[in-house]
Amino acid sequence: METLAALGHGFLVALTPYNLLWSAIGVTVGTAVGVLPGIGPALTVALLLPVTYGLEPTSAFIMFAGIYYGAMYGGSTTSILLNAPGESGSIVTAIDGHAMARQGRGAQALATAAIGSFIAGTIATAALTFVAPLMVKLALLFGPAEYFALMVLALTTVTAVLGSSLARGLASLFLGLALGLVGIDMQTGQARLAFGVPELLDGIDTVVVAVGLFAVGETLYVASRHRFETEEIYALKGSKWMSREDWSRSWKPWLRGTLLGFPIGTLPAGGSEIPTFLSYLVEKRLAKKPEEFGKGAIEAVAGPEAANNASAAGVLAPLLSLGLPTSATAAIMLAAFQQYGLQPGPTLFDNNPELVWGMIASLYIGNVLLLVLNLPLVGFWVKLLLIPRPWLYAGILVFSSLGAYTLNNNVVDLVILWVIGLVGFGMRVLNVPVAPCVVGLILGPLAEQQFRRALAISQGDPSVFLTHPISAALLIIAALLVIGPMVLRYRNNGAGNGSSSSPSGTHPAT
Amino acid sequence: MSFGNPAKGMLAAAVLAATALFTAPASAEIKNLEIIAPANAGGGYDQHARAMQQVLQDHKLASSVQVVNIPGAGGTIGLSQFVTAKKRNPGLMISGLGMIGAILINKSPVTLDQVTPLARLTGEYQPIVVAADSPLKTLDDLIKKFKADPGSVSWGGFAVGSPDHILYGLLVKAVGGDVSKMNYIAAGAGGEMMASVLGGHITVATGGYNEMASQLQAGKLRALAISAPQRIPGVDIPTFKEQGVDVELVNWRAVMAPGNLKASEKQALDDAVGAMVRTDDWKRIAEERGWIDLYLPPEKFAAFVKDERSRIEGVLTDLGLVKP
Repeated sequence: METLAALGHGFLVALTPYNLLWSAIGVTVGTAVGVLPGIGPALTVALLLPVTYGLEPTSAFIMFAGIYYGAMYGGSTTSILLNAPGESGSIVTAIDGHAMARQGRGAQALATAAIGSFIAGTIATAALTFVAPLMVKLALLFGPAEYFALMVLALTTVTAVLGSSLARGLASLFLGLALGLVGIDMQTGQARLAFGVPELLDGIDTVVVAVGLFAVGETLYVASRHRFETEEIYALKGSKWMSREDWSRSWKPWLRGTLLGFPIGTLPAGGSEIPTFLSYLVEKRLAKKPEEFGKGAIEAVAGPEAANNASAAGVLAPLLSLGLPTSATAAIMLAAFQQYGLQPGPTLFDNNPELVWGMIASLYIGNVLLLVLNLPLVGFWVKLLLIPRPWLYAGILVFSSLGAYTLNNNVVDLVILWVIGLVGFGMRVLNVPVAPCVVGLILGPLAEQQFRRALAISQGDPSVFLTHPISAALLIIAALLVIGPMVLRYRNNGAGNGSSSSPSGTHPAT
Repeated sequence: MSFGNPAKGMLAAAVLAATALFTAPASAEIKNLEIIAPANAGGGYDQHARAMQQVLQDHKLASSVQVVNIPGAGGTIGLSQFVTAKKRNPGLMISGLGMIGAILINKSPVTLDQVTPLARLTGEYQPIVVAADSPLKTLDDLIKKFKADPGSVSWGGFAVGSPDHILYGLLVKAVGGDVSKMNYIAAGAGGEMMASVLGGHITVATGGYNEMASQLQAGKLRALAISAPQRIPGVDIPTFKEQGVDVELVNWRAVMAPGNLKASEKQALDDAVGAMVRTDDWKRIAEERGWIDLYLPPEKFAAFVKDERSRIEGVLTDLGLVKP
């Protein structure tokens, strides 16, 4: 009750025309930086920080919150339309989202992403309002052993994206794992596979690889087929609204994505990619037509997008209730708090209730504004695909290159992008799926670091993974996810009905 | 301008004179200054670069100041670009203790020999903390535990060879422990490491005092010692020295100028930075962020960097990270 009263007061603060204006500016700027590659919300807030010094802290934070949520919305747009994910949380969206766009269902993909983001954002903000302290308590139970088990669970996603050939899928996965090894090893400080190139010491950026494989590789491939095959991109086929079927296939993934995204977002080492992977896996396992996954299944856009946005709200939980920044944007928000002489942490809610509740209320309002801003834009965005092919392809390549360069202001990233792009082209020609490579690249290094931390802390005793209850439970779930489909298939075979199960669950890939 | 109209001429002259008067200190205004933050947006280097940008511009010490983030490899990627870039515009780079370690560990082809130390700006002293419910109550408890079973103490810090790692190395060495037996865990950046120690997954953690202030005040963390030379006003943490352990470390941040500077160029940059640190705005920002003002002018700072480099190299050699 007390919380509701405080939240109500927060709405009064956030709903003044002046603060509404800042919220509107924030979500617009946020959507723009989400669409532009290479510029993330962290850099935007850092750039705006000196400018906002004259503002009331409440107004400034309402704007920052708008930028933060806005960027999550904008990130899916380039994933779906151009196959060029602007941030790592939208990589999974690109897989089926872009396939939908090619079939002329780009508008539906954008709509399910926007509405799913709205619903996930709203539910997760409500969760942030009411259960943040509880979630954070749970999050602190996660140590290296638990994180490792979570990464293993997420790695089972690979079974959902392996494609029809196990050998090709695994080759792609191992390429990703190998790319993930590049750079300084955190635990020893030694460089691996850097070949004396200093720029490789920090590893290869996942966004550069994803854009290289998805956007550059795919574009080169399509362009190379141009002479031999008829066009296969359609700007729009049929209505631009989601059909009844689209709605009924989307709403459950939205809710499930939220359920995965928020708690994992509150984990200090959770990140935005893991819930999107898990959401994809869950949706494929539960789908009536799993064979559509990878070829434009709407569930595969709805779920991961919801998970991405819910995790964005989750990240704010440890920031507001413990003062722990667990992402780059959270770190710069922490600096912003300090600029106003505020100390986030256990005391923030008591000392500055107006600011905190105003900001939380503005998250609700920002979500509504974002939906209002993004749904009408859908019609405009899909027109991008009407651009004549050569221009569109050239545009995608320029856009991708620009983004890769802006990421670190470094030419080496451009070289990496194009080398990876050529590899992606080759993989496409040889019919090797690219998604397992990205899964391996993102999860491999995370799993390795947590594994080694856990073993270092336990002084080499591997039983920690099974004696910690959370870790053991997660590993058992992962095992069931891999073995379950095999058992089902076996039973189906026994009943003389062997063709119904998905080909991807044929082997424990992890 | 026509002087046909005497009144107009007078006015013009007055305006000119007034302009000259008010902009006198700005005659040294540095144009198109570029400040490299050799890290991502949000970190300490980036915050220093942006604070400099704000104060230099507000006080007309420099105009059109740009901050460029070049992250990577503990700042050494930014350093190598700063050293090799052929720029027409004046440039500065933020640097700090972390970069000295990173240069040595990454065997960076460029070093701080190729830049001109311009000014040390600020520093943060680092407390060593444990979770509130940890059985370790004092620094002595920690040392005893380490000596009894070195592997049982997991020392959480940022990267290998970072100021966190160096502080632990100095501590263990000072109490006569075996540095090579330290169980150092690179536990990730800020929030992640704090969560690990709060959850009791690692034994100790360290970092800037300011990062932990609210946890310490709320009683969720306990500080065993702080790496300052004497007690910091308003901070109720005993120093290492008053507990009989000869350890002192400040995680300093500084600003570097290019290597091949003309004396006049160096003077101009020195004047601008010197004026900047004296402004109330700079002092206010430093206080808000918990940075202690440790300004050192070019010559003193150059000598400090030299000492610091040999000290850090010594610790990293003891830790087995740098081959002598």
